[in-house]
Parts: sequence; C-alpha cells; structure tokens
Amino acid sequence: MSAATLDCRGMKCPRPIIELARRITDVEVGEQVELLADDPAAGPDTAAWCRMRGHELVESTTSQFVVRRLH
Amino acid sequence: MLPDARAAWLAAHEAGWGDPLRLHRAGRLAAQALDQARATVAAAVGARADEVVFTPSGVHASHAAVAGLALGRRRVGDRVVTTAVDHSAVLSAAAAAGEHVAVGVDRLGRVDLEAWRTSVAAEGVAAACLQVANHEVGTVQPYAEAAAACGTAGVPLVLDASSALGRVDLSRSTGWSVLTGWAGAFGGPVSVGFLVIRKGVRWRAPYLVDDYQDARWPGPPDVASIHAAATALEAYLRYGRAVGERQRVLVDRLRAGIGERVPDADVVGDPVDRVPQLLTFSALYVDGESLTLELDRAGFAVASGSACSVNSEHPSHVLAAMGALTHGNVRLGLTRSTTSAEIEAFLDVLPPIVAELRARVGMA
Repeated sequence: MSAATLDCRGMKCPRPIIELARRITDVEVGEQVELLADDPAAGPDTAAWCRMRGHELVESTTSQFVVRRLH
Repeated sequence: MLPDARAAWLAAHEAGWGDPLRLHRAGRLAAQALDQARATVAAAVGARADEVVFTPSGVHASHAAVAGLALGRRRVGDRVVTTAVDHSAVLSAAAAAGEHVAVGVDRLGRVDLEAWRTSVAAEGVAAACLQVANHEVGTVQPYAEAAAACGTAGVPLVLDASSALGRVDLSRSTGWSVLTGWAGAFGGPVSVGFLVIRKGVRWRAPYLVDDYQDARWPGPPDVASIHAAATALEAYLRYGRAVGERQRVLVDRLRAGIGERVPDADVVGDPVDRVPQLLTFSALYVDGESLTLELDRAGFAVASGSACSVNSEHPSHVLAAMGALTHGNVRLGLTRSTTSAEIEAFLDVLPPIVAELRARVGMA
C-alpha cells in the first residue's frame, strides 16, 4: 500500500473524513489520496467534503475513493 | 400536542363517546364527531368528506396508499415511481409493491422533472409518489408539473402532504389520486394519520377490512384522537399563515447565523422555496450523536439524520440523495411558540459546542 492510501475500513463516520482531512496535506497539490472506508456514510460524506473543502473526487465506489488535492 | 388539541381530546373522553357504528346516543355522537373531522380534513385538501380515511399513523397511510394502488392496478404493472427523498414508509411500500424506481433530486432536494416525466411515462407504472414538501429539509417539490406528467401518462399520484398541511394551502389542490397526512406534524396526536382516496380511483384495500370507514380501514377508529387531530388542523388553518411568516423569518435568521458563526457547516435545503418550520444543517468532523446530546444538555431538543444518532447503520437517505454532508447533522423543527430569543440563544450555544467537539477529535 502506498503512502497516499488511507485504510479506514471498520471506522464509523466522521472518522474516515477526519483522517482524509488530516492526510490530504501529506501529498502535493495535484496529487491523489486513496481512501478505503466501508461505513455507509463514507460515500456521501467524501463527496460532500470534497465540495465543501474544494478538492476533487476523482473516483468513487462503495468502499474506495480517490481524492485529488486542489489547493 | 397543541393545547387546543389536548383539550379536545380530554373533552371527548369525558363525553364518553361510543362505537360510531352503533345507534345508541354515545355512538351517534362519535359518528357525528368523526363526520366533522372528515369534513375538516376534506376541506383542507380540496376533497369530499367521504373520501377521507383515518389510520393509526402517517406511516400506515403511506403503506396503504401505495399498496392499495398497486393492488388496484396490478394488471397495468407493479412498478412504483417515487423520488429519492420520499419518506422511508413510501420507499419501503414501493419496494414491497414490486419494482421501485427512485427519481433523483438536485442539491436542494428538488426532483429532476425530466427524469420524473420519463419514469412515469414508462410501461407498467402502477403509481407514482411525491411529497408536497420534504420532511427533513423542507424543500417544496414542483408539485403541479410533476402531477401534470402523471395526468398525461394516466398514472395515479400519491401526494404526501405530511410536512406541508397547514403550511401550504392545499384546499384547491388537484392532480392527485390519493393524499396522505399525519396529525403529529401539525400538533395533533401522533396516533392519527389519514389517506384521502378520490372517488373513482382504482384503489383496493391491501388488507382485510370490515364495516368501519366504508371498508377502507379495519377496526373501530379512535374518535377522541381523530377529533383532537381535526381540532389541531383547524388551529393550523386559522393561524398557519401568521405562524409560518414568523417561522420563516426565524429560519432565515438561523440559516444566516449558522453560516456566519460555524465554519464548515453545510446548511441544507432550498433557502426560499420551502415549508417555514424546518431547518437542517451538518457540521464537518462532528458526530451527530454527540452534537444532539450536547444541544439537548443546553436545552435544545433537535433531531438528526446522522446514522450514529438514530441507531441506524445508514445515514439519512434524504441527505445522501442531495449530496449533503450526512455526519454532524441537526434538524430543527420550530413549533408554533418558538421565539426569536430562543433562536438567538441557539445561535449562541451552537458555535462553542461545535468547536469543542472538533477539538476533541483534533480538528480545532
């Protein structure tokens, strides 16, 4: 698993989103973070977090999300 | 319950009303009260009194509306079209009827009319369901356009008026086949729901019935509670507009205040085209259960659509369908007596509570 992958499986929301917010600054602007999360709220909340914080949701499946840091 | 409704309920019990199907005096009085309650509901929604059926809750009314149309139109097909943000009672009834088609909504919660038109015009649609206004976020649906599409397609429409009745004038509403409502939403007993089935609609009781309520809902109706529900509805029809105008200003104040004072808050729903009494927002990085409990400790009883706060595996399907943040969610339902001072007090306690909960998880 690369450094830009966050394994938040088994965590309840909002924990996966908090981890994502903490770790997004670990990558350069334009690079991506992969989030693995199986809480049912992770899908809508990752999309909402990207919209609210101004990042890009590149890919979204039921338990895997790829976010590009935009600023 | 509203004080007027509670007084009506107590008076009904003291009067000792009997079984409305019996011919003794107590029975006749009960039958009379039941007829009056039907007339009140009928006038509020632009229907005939004999089209009104009382049920033990809004959930029962929704189940009966959808299942009854699906049964009456089973030769047409078993497909039921709803929006993605309908009440869970409607969604589960649609799924139980056969094939459930959920039409998407925009960021404000408003149904995608193009997709709606296509879905209701498809083959095999037994019924379509729409809310006047959403029960979680308050957004008003483009009801007239959606109903017109059903009319063109010849598909009966179930209109869920639960959150709108008493707030939106439905006394001349047309285009629906079955309308549902719930007294708990307008200050009546939670144990009273109703469905209004237009004459000539192909609805069949999807359960065993008897002589009560013209064989549309079984068992003796709870006339005292129904009388209290009608009293509450009358009060709302009388004061609703004035109360609504006041609530609208208070919710506008809340929307602006939360936006200014709470960073990273997602204030949800249509800011203008909405019922006046509801406001929903979500705060990033906060869990809904802690937020609800902290607000309760500060004296504010609020609801939440976050999964953790409702003992559910899944977050609110309404928030998810709208693309709104589902964690840290709070839903405020203003009552008839909510004051401006209470709103200001809420705006004072909320920011430090959110800040404290964020600090606990290192997101200060």
